[in-house]
Amino acid sequence: MFTLDWFANFGFSTLRLSTPLIFAALAAVINRKAGMLNMALEGMMLSAALGGVVFAGMTGNVWIGLLGAIVVSVFVGWVIAFANLSGKTDLYLTCIAVNLAATGGTVFAMYLITGEKATTSAAIRAYTLPTITIPLIEKIPLIGPMISGHNVLTYFAFISVFLVWFFLYRTRLGLRMRAVGENPQAASSVGINVKKIGYISFLYAGVLCGFGGAFMSMGWVSFFMKNMVNGRGYIGLSAMNIAEGNPVGSAIAAVFFGFSDALATTLKGQGGTFPTEFLDMIPYAATIIALVVISSIRMSRLRKIQQGRK
Amino acid sequence: MAQEVLRMEGITKIYDNGFVANKNITFWLHEGEILALVGENGAGKTTLMKVLFGLETPQEGKVLINGEPAKILNTLDAISKGIGMVHQHFMLVPSLTVAENVVLGIEPMKNGLFDFETAVSMTQEVADKYNFNIDPKMKVADLSVGQMQKVEIMKVLIKGAKIIIMDEPTAVLTPQETDELFEQLILLRDSGHSIIFISHKLEEVKRICSRVTVLRHGYCLGSYDLADMNEADISRLMVGRDVVLKIEKEDPKLGKPVVHIKDLVKINETGKHVLDGISFDIHEGEVVGIAGVEGNGQSDLSDVLSGMAGFTSGTVEVNGNNIKGKNVHDIRGMGMAYIPEDRMEYGCAGDMSIRDNIVADRFFKKEYKSGPFMKKKYIDEIVDQYIKDFEIACDDKSQPVRMLSGGNIQKVVVAREFTSGSNFILANQPTRGIDVGAAEMIRKTIVRKSREEGTATLLISADLNEVLECSDRLLVFRKGKVVAAFPKANEVSEAELGEYMLGLKTMTAEEMEGLL
Repeated sequence: MFTLDWFANFGFSTLRLSTPLIFAALAAVINRKAGMLNMALEGMMLSAALGGVVFAGMTGNVWIGLLGAIVVSVFVGWVIAFANLSGKTDLYLTCIAVNLAATGGTVFAMYLITGEKATTSAAIRAYTLPTITIPLIEKIPLIGPMISGHNVLTYFAFISVFLVWFFLYRTRLGLRMRAVGENPQAASSVGINVKKIGYISFLYAGVLCGFGGAFMSMGWVSFFMKNMVNGRGYIGLSAMNIAEGNPVGSAIAAVFFGFSDALATTLKGQGGTFPTEFLDMIPYAATIIALVVISSIRMSRLRKIQQGRK
Repeated sequence: MAQEVLRMEGITKIYDNGFVANKNITFWLHEGEILALVGENGAGKTTLMKVLFGLETPQEGKVLINGEPAKILNTLDAISKGIGMVHQHFMLVPSLTVAENVVLGIEPMKNGLFDFETAVSMTQEVADKYNFNIDPKMKVADLSVGQMQKVEIMKVLIKGAKIIIMDEPTAVLTPQETDELFEQLILLRDSGHSIIFISHKLEEVKRICSRVTVLRHGYCLGSYDLADMNEADISRLMVGRDVVLKIEKEDPKLGKPVVHIKDLVKINETGKHVLDGISFDIHEGEVVGIAGVEGNGQSDLSDVLSGMAGFTSGTVEVNGNNIKGKNVHDIRGMGMAYIPEDRMEYGCAGDMSIRDNIVADRFFKKEYKSGPFMKKKYIDEIVDQYIKDFEIACDDKSQPVRMLSGGNIQKVVVAREFTSGSNFILANQPTRGIDVGAAEMIRKTIVRKSREEGTATLLISADLNEVLECSDRLLVFRKGKVVAAFPKANEVSEAELGEYMLGLKTMTAEEMEGLL
């Protein structure tokens, strides 16, 4: 069972399943740096997933589909930003409302467009974003099949980690965003428009969730399915939380969760008598365990310092 | 006479709730002068400055800058007209460097990206020019309070401000840092900047300002040349009566120890010994004062005694009960009353009524309840009595505490804590940022309770005048240790105290023998 191929497959699977989690985690990072905890990543990605399929199907162009996914996700992000920043609603309640609305709304929109209630696979032609084989690397045993031949968005997810880092720590807007997130009064006292920064953070988070959603429905599979994001937005949020908003750390945490997702999928594929529902639980259980472990490591470090043992 | 750089004329600001914060206020500022703006809390100083800085829009009045009428609708307008404000609560981002904080809002760019190197050199240039000794690459979180204030001033200067508003800049500084600040302000003045200096401390006003504008209850009582005024004159204008800065009190009659602290150690989350082997007792009938530069363990001691935070080792007893592992409620039950440092955060519930805030520590006791219900009438009666006793200026006992002025909010806190029947009062900065009249009342009550009711009081205060006048015994904290103890606080000079606070001198254990 544990052949070279098995490991290559498993690694491939890990990277593939990490993709939406990395996008979600980075979106959470951007919102967090602007001082907001975005719990609506789930709803944003789900809307984007449907948007991508519909736009691609209507135009027959997968790239327009991707753009559509981003537009839909940005729009959902704008709704949250507008409600919270201009309408002064509670951010968490707004996010929860958006998630619930997205769960029902996507099914409703799917039914209006296709007459189907479960998936779009029968009604809309399947489009997937291209995969890329990397020359030379492809030939390396084990590594080649693991990292070559992924969907274009998988590679872009890893590039995005750097882009987000660069944006936050090297650009003026990033500096201002970090200032707003940490001390909004200080930022506004020097004439920075705090509200505008909030809107921009939701715009960027929307773009990233757009990629994440598009990957789900046009990369991972080639159709939209009811509730297909399945908690990945929340897992991305946890990944951000584990790394305290650091983009690189958040991506590493996201890959760890991708790994546990791959583990669940692979174990299911092995057959056996173990109930698959239990295996489905692995990524979520891993999230809770990781959060508890990280938090208790922090607590015990704090306690040790307080007791003077250093 | 120097040229007039700023004139605010006939400013009237009425808030939405009908509160008249400023009524027809006129004052002016000359080039190269330091003007003091004084007044009790709630006199309208902050509102007036907010109007000038574009944070509030007045109903009437106009602002003239260099003789030209100026429209200031927001902060950016104010900054572009050369007005800068150093806020009382620092407007800094702790995780960013000094340079990043200084240039925030006017960041230098290179190839479309933030140019950190230029930001550093810009900051260094301002620091050199005005003699600020500060490393632009340091993180603000690692700076001392005095250094943070310098960063604030640099922020204002780098934007080209000629008119600088300083909102109670010395409130958080040590005497030595204050001296340094004053040297810098004088340097700024001599280089042609004009400064509006808001302060409660009249001796400071007298020291560096040339003129003073006095506000009272939203009205301007006029601007005066300080050469013709002494401190008593100013205080008379501010409060409309002479404030006695001396407190008359007889010697304390000591009873049994109420609080017993032995070898108390607390190590904080960064591994620092914030309390490092503190031992002392507080007896019935005495006020023990603690002086020290802020951040030398005073707040940590207050947190430990009140139960807000734990400690690492040692013994702390209140009326013979060990407080290790006990929460605030338990310790209050042992006889502690607590006036916290931050009244809005820990002292009261802002949106709740005066009545509810006053009974917050006792509503669960039997005498306030009949069966499952509160005795409304009984509570109303005692609250009305306290409002009268403590002279709380309010519409009615059901008014939310947030609507009151700072001094009156503190009176609500004090009314609760002083009537709780406790024999140990822990007062942490009880008069910080409140008006002279309320502060005087609180100080006198602290002393009176110790003399008449035999209360043991621990008074922690950054106001040297206050600790020196109210306390019987005085301890000085430095780096989590008691470095000096004086038997009679009012015989200690501020200069002598300063030397211990700053570590120029330390008493030996023998010298402090019998005083702890």
